[in-house]
Amino acid sequence: MENVRTMSDHILEMRGISKSFPGVKALSDVTFSVRRGEIHCLVGENGAGKSTLMKVLSGVYPHGDFQGDIALDGEVRRFRHIADSEKAGIAIIYQELALVPEMSVYENLFLGHEIRKGSLVDWNATIHQSVALMKRVRLVADPSTKVKDLGVGKQQLVEIAKALSRNVRLLILDEPTAALNEDDCDNLLEILRELKAEGVTSIMISHKLKEVIRIADTVTVLRDGRTICTLDARKGEVSEPVLIKHMVGREIDNVFPPRSKKPGDEVVLEVEGWNAWDRALGRQVLKDVSFKVRRGEIVGFAGLMGSGRTELARSLFGNPDGYRVEGAVRVESTAADFRSPADAIGAGMAYASEDRKRNGLVLIQDVKQNVTLANLRAISKGGVVDSNAEVKVAEDYRKALNIKTPSIDQKVVNLSGGNQQKVSVAKWLFVKPKVLVLDEPTRGIDVGAKYEIYTIMNKLVEEGMSIVMISSELPEVLGMSDRVYVVSAGRVAGELPVAEATQERVMELATS
Amino acid sequence: MILNDLRKALRQNIRDYTMYFLLFVIMAVFTAMTRGLFMSSRNIANLMNQTGYIAVLAVGMTLVIVIRHIDLSVGYLAGFIGAATAIAMTRWGMPGWATIPFALLLGAAAGLVTGFLVARLGIPAFVATLAGWLIYRGLLLMVTMKTGTIIIPDAFFNAIGNGYIPDVFPSESAFLPGLHKLTLLIGLAAIALFSASQIRARKSKQGYGFEVLPLPVFAIKLAFMAFVIGYITWIFAGYNGMSWTAVIVIVVVVVFHFVTTKTVLGRHVYAVGGNPEAAELSGISVKKITFIVFAAMGSLAGLAGVLYASRLQSATTKAGEMFEMDAITAAYIGGVSAGGGVGRIAGSLVGAIVYMSLTSGMNLLSVDISLQYIVRGVVLAAAVIFDVQTRKRRG
Repeated sequence: MENVRTMSDHILEMRGISKSFPGVKALSDVTFSVRRGEIHCLVGENGAGKSTLMKVLSGVYPHGDFQGDIALDGEVRRFRHIADSEKAGIAIIYQELALVPEMSVYENLFLGHEIRKGSLVDWNATIHQSVALMKRVRLVADPSTKVKDLGVGKQQLVEIAKALSRNVRLLILDEPTAALNEDDCDNLLEILRELKAEGVTSIMISHKLKEVIRIADTVTVLRDGRTICTLDARKGEVSEPVLIKHMVGREIDNVFPPRSKKPGDEVVLEVEGWNAWDRALGRQVLKDVSFKVRRGEIVGFAGLMGSGRTELARSLFGNPDGYRVEGAVRVESTAADFRSPADAIGAGMAYASEDRKRNGLVLIQDVKQNVTLANLRAISKGGVVDSNAEVKVAEDYRKALNIKTPSIDQKVVNLSGGNQQKVSVAKWLFVKPKVLVLDEPTRGIDVGAKYEIYTIMNKLVEEGMSIVMISSELPEVLGMSDRVYVVSAGRVAGELPVAEATQERVMELATS
Repeated sequence: MILNDLRKALRQNIRDYTMYFLLFVIMAVFTAMTRGLFMSSRNIANLMNQTGYIAVLAVGMTLVIVIRHIDLSVGYLAGFIGAATAIAMTRWGMPGWATIPFALLLGAAAGLVTGFLVARLGIPAFVATLAGWLIYRGLLLMVTMKTGTIIIPDAFFNAIGNGYIPDVFPSESAFLPGLHKLTLLIGLAAIALFSASQIRARKSKQGYGFEVLPLPVFAIKLAFMAFVIGYITWIFAGYNGMSWTAVIVIVVVVVFHFVTTKTVLGRHVYAVGGNPEAAELSGISVKKITFIVFAAMGSLAGLAGVLYASRLQSATTKAGEMFEMDAITAAYIGGVSAGGGVGRIAGSLVGAIVYMSLTSGMNLLSVDISLQYIVRGVVLAAAVIFDVQTRKRRG
């Protein structure tokens, strides 16, 4: 009897799940149980098997492709494709949103299960129900707005509303807050709580432990494809040090490694009165921005998502978006006028973009080709690439940055997020820049890899490079920078030496 | 042990080997069905001469598809440039030798126009080159309107598509009678060069302590390639020797293979194809690469026009019809990927040979043209399906 009761307590039980890919055991004997009506967070380093486990659950990997049982409400289910799990009331929202940007919100909400009147779509009923769904997720927008005109935060809400329209019972969110600013995060977490009150169970995969602690009823930690533990927040078992310890299997004393050298006095990069206009949208994206970067200094750029930090970096880095720009840039006191990223690289600038998959790396090419891409001339003679020299360069960076890959001939698409980021950094180190701009260098990568990236950054500035770090993670900006600029609505809202920069002060400026 | 190594090497390059396997099967089947006629020296020599212009176009098309574009205009561009060279020779007295640089330059200019539309003005390549398709078709009709087919009397020009390289020794000599000795010598030289370069590359890799093929597998690979090159030259030598068309195709393939695999420019082309935004941010000018690739495609279209006009010894009003589709088909059979960033020059050559072998073999067997189209379509679909499947499996 005892057994039957606990079973009905659980909406989901995954037992003894094992899944292998050629050469890798992604999951081994994983157990994962979710109680009805709770918010259950799934944490672990990249490559721990979280996403694989969710793909097993949703039927992306069909029954028979893995070992073990999946039980919903105590009943063993065999999903052959995603449609099966959807029918059972499971909805997954991935990091890369599955919306059609050119369609309106209401069209997206009912895409694939349109409300019909006879054989035609009943648009009035669709819009009517959309308004109700949008209210449930507190999405304030015209239902006929095209999805592409919404911010990322609102797009996420559209995804959740879409899941609700299908009477979801088990909502799975894969890194839902990775691309959101603080306000949107708060809003999202609040909505998850409201849905919980309505009886929707949620599973959330997240790297942001503070959020996990705020929202989770239960936390399961995966490491190397195994369940490490399941912790109950209501019993006070969940805290940041505990989670980190279970995730990495070791204690991290300093989240930010110490640096031994102070920055120099010489100004390497100076920007004065920088303005930029987006011609297509007809609006000014940057207003009178001025800043300085000294040799051996890490300068942090804090600000909310959409505040213009990425636009600032890209417009300075040869302006690939074709903004109309105005203002003065000096690299080591020499006036610069970069017409293309190639010019900027030539003058000693490097920019590692915030979206490494979309515009940072050539995913279908291997590690060595990506590492050398921006500076092939250095390993070529008369336009012919010396492939042996190339291998040597790539091997050196693999060792120096501890890039975990079977070999440098591995395609980058097969690496984990943290290792992809290291490849991207390696590419920019190979151009031997004076100023390295890192845009969200640790987005979506795990704690251990973050620490490695920080260590690399410190080593670089100690060697005399200057780093501009754009980051939406305040602790990171405050922990790593010598000085912090806060950007808000396309302007520099303030400059703070790190000693005076507190989270509260920065947020105050960022929202000014 | 050796077998295991061999299997591993095969599995890692399954797509490349499959294409050669496909070619082998096609040749074996046709040889059996035609009682050896298909593999006769004469037929193979003809086959190579017919493949020439498609192979040349397929090389360019591969690059265009690698950078995620398409060029529909090259068929009639080739036809138009063929007619232009015919007019240049017959009316303006251009010497035969000058036609090749003339066609290359004219083609490059046309390619730059396409490049301008695509890279500068941002017009989708499909639309821009569809417009080109119409325009070049019109131009071809316009320049041949008064005369109709233009007969080309120039002996040098006509040798490009029909002639063979001269022999150094008379064919009646007692040593290997009836065989083309210079062709054999070239074949031997090719084997020697190929082996030497492979051995050197292996040694240099070992010098750095990198992983190389195990020695027995390496030896088998060398012996196999030597046999293939040797056998092909033997067949060529049994007829008139190597044709000028084959020489041109080999030069084009070697040059483009070298540029794409060994040079900075080649690496930039594949980076632009793999991820244009990442390439741009890495300091590569996507516009410049687009211009260069379309200009190369245009030049090769010019060369294809010369090869075709020379083969027919005339410029006709229908020259170039469907060439672009043949070239696209050959490129896809050769393993180029529509997703961009993937596709090899050697692959497109083999793709062209596979495609023309099908045509030639079916012609020998008097297969009706209706069925021929269907068979070609099935082979194209099969090649691409196989491609997609093997890529998926390797993830």
